[in-house]
Amino acid sequence: MPEQQLADPGLYDYAPYRGRPKLEWPGGKTCAVWVAPNLEFYELDPPQNPHRKSWTKPHPDIVGYGHRDHANRVSHWRMADVMSRHGFPGSVSLSVALCNHIPEVVEDAAARGWEFFSHGIYNTRYSYGMDEAQERAIIEDSIRTVRDATGQTIRGWLAPALTHTPRTLDLISEYGIDYTCDLYHDDQPTDIRVKNGRLTAIPYSLEVNDHYGFFIYNMSPREYADTLIRQYERLAAEGEKSGTVMCIPLHSYLIGQPHRIGPFEEVLRYIAADGRAWIARAGEIVDSYRAQTGGAA
Amino acid sequence: MTLDPTYLEYPMRRRGMDHDYYPYSAMPTRKPVSWPGGKSLLVWPVISLEYFPMAPADKPFRAPGHMQTAYPDYRHYTAREYGTRVGIYRLLDAFEAVGARVSIACNSAIAQRYPALVADILEGGHEIIAHATDMNATISSGMPEGEEETIIAETLDVLEQNIGKRPRGWLSIARSQSFDTPRLLAEAGVEYMCDWVNDELPYRFKTTAGEIVNIPLNHELSDRQIINVQQQSVDSYALQIEDAANWLLGESGDHGGRMLPLHLTPYIMGLPYRMDGFDALVRRLADNPAIAFATGEEILDSWKAQQ
Repeated sequence: MPEQQLADPGLYDYAPYRGRPKLEWPGGKTCAVWVAPNLEFYELDPPQNPHRKSWTKPHPDIVGYGHRDHANRVSHWRMADVMSRHGFPGSVSLSVALCNHIPEVVEDAAARGWEFFSHGIYNTRYSYGMDEAQERAIIEDSIRTVRDATGQTIRGWLAPALTHTPRTLDLISEYGIDYTCDLYHDDQPTDIRVKNGRLTAIPYSLEVNDHYGFFIYNMSPREYADTLIRQYERLAAEGEKSGTVMCIPLHSYLIGQPHRIGPFEEVLRYIAADGRAWIARAGEIVDSYRAQTGGAA
Repeated sequence: MTLDPTYLEYPMRRRGMDHDYYPYSAMPTRKPVSWPGGKSLLVWPVISLEYFPMAPADKPFRAPGHMQTAYPDYRHYTAREYGTRVGIYRLLDAFEAVGARVSIACNSAIAQRYPALVADILEGGHEIIAHATDMNATISSGMPEGEEETIIAETLDVLEQNIGKRPRGWLSIARSQSFDTPRLLAEAGVEYMCDWVNDELPYRFKTTAGEIVNIPLNHELSDRQIINVQQQSVDSYALQIEDAANWLLGESGDHGGRMLPLHLTPYIMGLPYRMDGFDALVRRLADNPAIAFATGEEILDSWKAQQ
């Protein structure tokens, strides 16, 4: 039987941007900036999900696969060094199977003080079509795998390849996950209506995601860098009225290519020197938001 | 709704890769490479020299750049031929003006059809690597048994007959392989392939027929990607290539020699309004004493000698 499809999923109440209570970030900063590297593992020959193909070409799609494998062999290391050099920790969108396949990358991120949240088991396994038990299994797998590999308990969720079911948000909240990166309705955090617990939507971004920049908008590396600075300038200015959030979602196989990393480094240098940015991890931003907006966690 | 239970089974979830082609290797952990002459960065130009039959075969897929209109597609047939008549000579001139030798990824049909062009390429000291028979000879999984072997064998044999030497390198059309391609190439005696884009230095690839080296030919830095797909100007292309070169030169100080592949298409880069910008880029690269141009086989031999 087909699932009921809702016109309005009822995630939140409408809240106009004008006239909101003031959010204040630590140190009087106006814009909370967080960097979200996607540390992923894609399978060469995954099983087919009936609702979405993993690769556009017959397996092996070696350009698609190899491009993404560049991340773990080459570009993660390049991107991570640049982030550390300018004082930006990562809040990692993690294909948790990377802990099994390539623990070197996960250990490196952990050693740099980065925070992990789940981006599913693999970025080639999608939630579409899962029943509740199957969805619980990938949430439990995520929590267990990251805890075993890093000692961290994941606090956030970005659905694998952005694939959801209508019950995902209720389920992750039931498991004690504090934030979701899957909702794009605002430049400030929002509490989401869930059956159990408290779930906060932290602004992630598709629009300034490097994937959109380079493959939807076809920007050159310097155009993308300029886009990030414009995004930051606007949000830092608006944040004087009420603190804003800017996320820079990255894929090292894109931003870590040799023609892109130099212009990107200039963005981090700019934001770090500006003085209005609270450079933070996702969990810290959610904690600050919650401390100011009250209510039990 | 529910998914088949096997969708939540992960038989290849293990330490390392989910296949046996190559082991995981983090670039910073490798022994630094030293290039000949103490150069920090080798720029590796690869020019694809392609013959597009006006009747596309579409088996197993239609190559990028192939015909687009109903038959007869004179506009694309001739615009591609512009590359093999005119554009290629502009690119060769640009490189020969600075004394650079490059790799030419050549359909074997080009060698049969245009011997004068092949003679000029050889006269310039350039390397010819194998690039299938013509642009109908695409490869992917699901091809009839034996067809892929035939394409590989015919390409190598025809090129060898026409250039007097068996090509040492292979580039698949659209870098598209089947699960068998690396083994078939190794069986055919090919020493290196350029299809996998997962690295920035050569690395060893395992097959049941022995090893083959993959020299990664960055697809994101190709003229096709930057100019044709992303619709950027040649000036933007040149800036991106120089940003890449400068970054890699910076890395080479601590991490050893780096390489910068330039994948070029005569009917894309070799147009009059793009060539001045491209010529100037080649000259600036050539003027940098830390940079040298190299062919694929020069990179292969230098890298192998250090392993």
